[in-house]
Amino acid sequence: MLQYLSTLDRRVVFLLMGLAVAIPILFPLPLSYKPSVLAQQAFDAIETLPPGSNVVFSFDYDPAASGELQPMANALMYHCGQRKHNLYFMALWAPGAAICSDTIDGILLKRCEGYEYGQNYVELGYQAGLAGVIKIAVTDLRQQFKTDKYGTPLDQIPMMKGIQNLQPMDLLVSVSAGDPGSKEWVQLFVTPFPATKMVTGTTGVQSVSLYTYIPNQIDGMLGAIKGAAEYETIVNAKYPGPDGKPLPELQEGQRRMGPQLTAHLLMVTLIAVGNVVYFMQRKASRRSGHARGAAR
Amino acid sequence: MKRTVPVIIASAVGFVLVIAFFIPRTQAWGETAVLWFNILAAVAFVLGAGNLIKVQLESISARRPGWGFALVTLVAFFTMFIAGMLKIGVFPAGQYPEHAWSGKFDSAGAPFGWMYNYIFSPITATMFASLAFYVASAAFRAFRAKNVEAILLLGTAFVVLIGNTAMARLTDPLPEYLAFLRLDVLVANLMSYVATGVTRAITIGVAVGVAATSLRILLGIDRPYLGRL
Amino acid sequence: MIFDGCRLMAGPALVLLLTWCIATNGALGAPPAPTDVTAEDFPWDDGTNANVRWSFDTAGSDAIQGFRIYRRLTADELAKERVERRVKAAETAFDTSLKSALETATSEATSEEHYFVGDDTPQDRPTKRQAAIDEATKEALKAAAAADGEPLFEFRAIGRAEPDERSFKVTTLARSSSYEFRVTALGIDDSESEAVDAAPVTTRRHAFVGERGFLAAFLFGLCAIIVGAIALARGGFRMKVRRIAGLDALDEAIGRATEMGRPVLFIPGLQDMDNVLTVAGVTILSRVARTAAEYDARLEVPTARSLVMTACRDAVQGAYYAAGRPEAYNPEAIRYITDEQFGYVAYVAGRMVREKPATCIYMGQFYAESLLLSENGNAIHAIQIAGTAETSQLPFFVAACDYTLIGEEFFAASAYLSGEPAQLGSLFGQDIGKMIAVALIVLGVTLATVGAFHVPAAQRAADYLAHTVLKQ
Repeated sequence: MLQYLSTLDRRVVFLLMGLAVAIPILFPLPLSYKPSVLAQQAFDAIETLPPGSNVVFSFDYDPAASGELQPMANALMYHCGQRKHNLYFMALWAPGAAICSDTIDGILLKRCEGYEYGQNYVELGYQAGLAGVIKIAVTDLRQQFKTDKYGTPLDQIPMMKGIQNLQPMDLLVSVSAGDPGSKEWVQLFVTPFPATKMVTGTTGVQSVSLYTYIPNQIDGMLGAIKGAAEYETIVNAKYPGPDGKPLPELQEGQRRMGPQLTAHLLMVTLIAVGNVVYFMQRKASRRSGHARGAAR
Repeated sequence: MKRTVPVIIASAVGFVLVIAFFIPRTQAWGETAVLWFNILAAVAFVLGAGNLIKVQLESISARRPGWGFALVTLVAFFTMFIAGMLKIGVFPAGQYPEHAWSGKFDSAGAPFGWMYNYIFSPITATMFASLAFYVASAAFRAFRAKNVEAILLLGTAFVVLIGNTAMARLTDPLPEYLAFLRLDVLVANLMSYVATGVTRAITIGVAVGVAATSLRILLGIDRPYLGRL
Repeated sequence: MIFDGCRLMAGPALVLLLTWCIATNGALGAPPAPTDVTAEDFPWDDGTNANVRWSFDTAGSDAIQGFRIYRRLTADELAKERVERRVKAAETAFDTSLKSALETATSEATSEEHYFVGDDTPQDRPTKRQAAIDEATKEALKAAAAADGEPLFEFRAIGRAEPDERSFKVTTLARSSSYEFRVTALGIDDSESEAVDAAPVTTRRHAFVGERGFLAAFLFGLCAIIVGAIALARGGFRMKVRRIAGLDALDEAIGRATEMGRPVLFIPGLQDMDNVLTVAGVTILSRVARTAAEYDARLEVPTARSLVMTACRDAVQGAYYAAGRPEAYNPEAIRYITDEQFGYVAYVAGRMVREKPATCIYMGQFYAESLLLSENGNAIHAIQIAGTAETSQLPFFVAACDYTLIGEEFFAASAYLSGEPAQLGSLFGQDIGKMIAVALIVLGVTLATVGAFHVPAAQRAADYLAHTVLKQ
């Protein structure tokens, strides 16, 4: 057994991981979450803004990170929609613009009332230039975005009147998977113009580097799928669906915590088993070393 | 001359970018330099695409092992390229209905958008998802308690792994005077203080390293763009 | 008599009471206005900022929720506002009057969105519809003209200040332009005081951005230290560099590849040449290529950017020439794959599994693909040496690779491998820079800790360090 475990084919590990992720998806686990301080702060940052505040919502991720970030993007957009904020959507990643449109169709227009294009939400779309887009948009938005995503000049969009740059925005919501993303928003927008609050949703890997900016620059952060599940819990409690139950679209993060639990437990088990094997092998080699010494 | 001119260009443009950050009158020069880079990168893309086609065609013509993959690469490349470049099936923009190419190349419903949404995006998401398997394999193979530092690492890994799941609530019943031992509190403290502190330290070192490396390049001591040691 | 005295006193007492209420909490009126409002060009900036200052009696700070700052619109902005107002009035009037005109033109209610007329015959509809549109257009033109006559508020609110603040920085102004500002106080009951105007101010572009002064001092100071250390090294000062295991193992790893007859795979990261990590990676590639040329090992360099491919080809060619093996240089070994992150990883992973390189070297900027690459390398039992400054990916490389260059070790690699005095001198200067950073951290932490024990001078010094010196 020891020999088998010490030379375990990694495909067995892959199979175990596949089962650990697949089974909870097929048979959901009923789990509950206590919202963390950061998730609550993110909620409060949006909740305490007066209705009709200006919110710039940046989609800075691609389909690869959708698994982790889409649930939090849904929840954040739903929350902003329930608070009737004016939403200015943009994307620093090319695929982000399409993801943004899909999210608007699936959440904002479907689940929030009173939203009309050009009146209280607008899609500026994607612009090439990476972090340079932020730098220019912060001082002169129209130099970077001459039209919205659909080719309409910004001057013809009612809610863009009087908006020369991003500085009048009351809140920035950045859902980001890497570079450019939340870090660049902090460095190029929120730090030089601290009047704008910031809430961010990021992958677990990126969240470590953003703790540095809490709480001075970032008012609330949702890290990884756990952050998304916590945020959904808070939002569903405050803004349930029409039948008083949570919306199905706002349970995805919680649904994905089931596979996360089993996968993490599997990893802990694998690490423990690996260490047991290691120590037993070390003990066996010491014993055989002593036996050889005694034989001499 | 062949060695001096590139060094002069690299140094001059590099110093202009640094100076432009501090002296407002030179800001436009720095923006121009960045634009030049963007243009060069766009032109270089043609070079890269040409190289890609050349290498794959050679692989096919010489029937090297795996030439079928080269064929798939070329078919995929040209399909996306032609569908996007010629805006096949794209709906005209509302403002200019009489111009067939006024719509965006990646608009929904067009072949390019369809291939992006239903072929490219799922493939990308699948590659990213395979990370979960590799993480498990790496954890099983590499995380051994060989010394004190490794034991600390393992302990932290266990706390963070369990603390980021619903099982963190198992420690909720702990009394207030032991609240610091609750998993969610432990994870928050580890991330906010330990991990953040370490990240900041590495970042400071990296920043100084970047400054030193950049200075070496600006002064011509390091010339990676020149290909001479 | 006492009763009469009370009646006589009642009137003045009431007046005094009312005056006291107004003076103390403004319950029956607007708060007092700020005084001494001045505007000045922001010193040492790029000409797009101005500073507005004012005074306010601190005793009255409790009665206000802040200050509002206004700017007078320029002539262009006024003209644009007039046009926008006219258009909006016309649109609103058109919609409203068209709807009512259509409603009166038919006997049934119309649908707003489609202006469908209900009871009319098909022949009537176009005529009635056109008549309703004509009438609505006339109303809209009248409304637009009327909008012209309404007074336009020439000052626009541009910001708010807290009750304890006495200045406001105005940004995104045009250079060399004249501006006028005014300030009002906002009462707790949302009332607003009289506005007080400041004298006009003209913005001016200065020679230097003063806010970045400390940053410039740090940067040029660090550069001076590095240049000085280089000069010192060139002058013969011996510098000791600690051993970096990953770099020492490079030669051995390439030798292993030669013995096994398998290639060396080098990945210079996934970013373009404008990323300093990629540049550092290409610098290391030239050293690796020279060793590979000397050992006659096969080198493969797939790249994710076309410019990087070009730079890598130049670097490798130069290395082969320097090693005296120009005929061994194969440009096709350095090829462009794709910009797309996971497409690139899929290619490299497949190549690893098929070609089974003996040595895999990852030097540059990596993201999520770091673990994919290194685990695949592990599966084929290759020696793996990684180096990156991307802190989020370092743990994956450390877990999966044999050697990892962490952070600044990666930038030191070029100097370490060459051994040239000038390069080693820059390492020494880099270390001095780090020591200065450590000293600043110790100073700041000490000041903040002492200041926490109610030592005002230490607290002020800590605030100055945090908010003025380091806030760049």
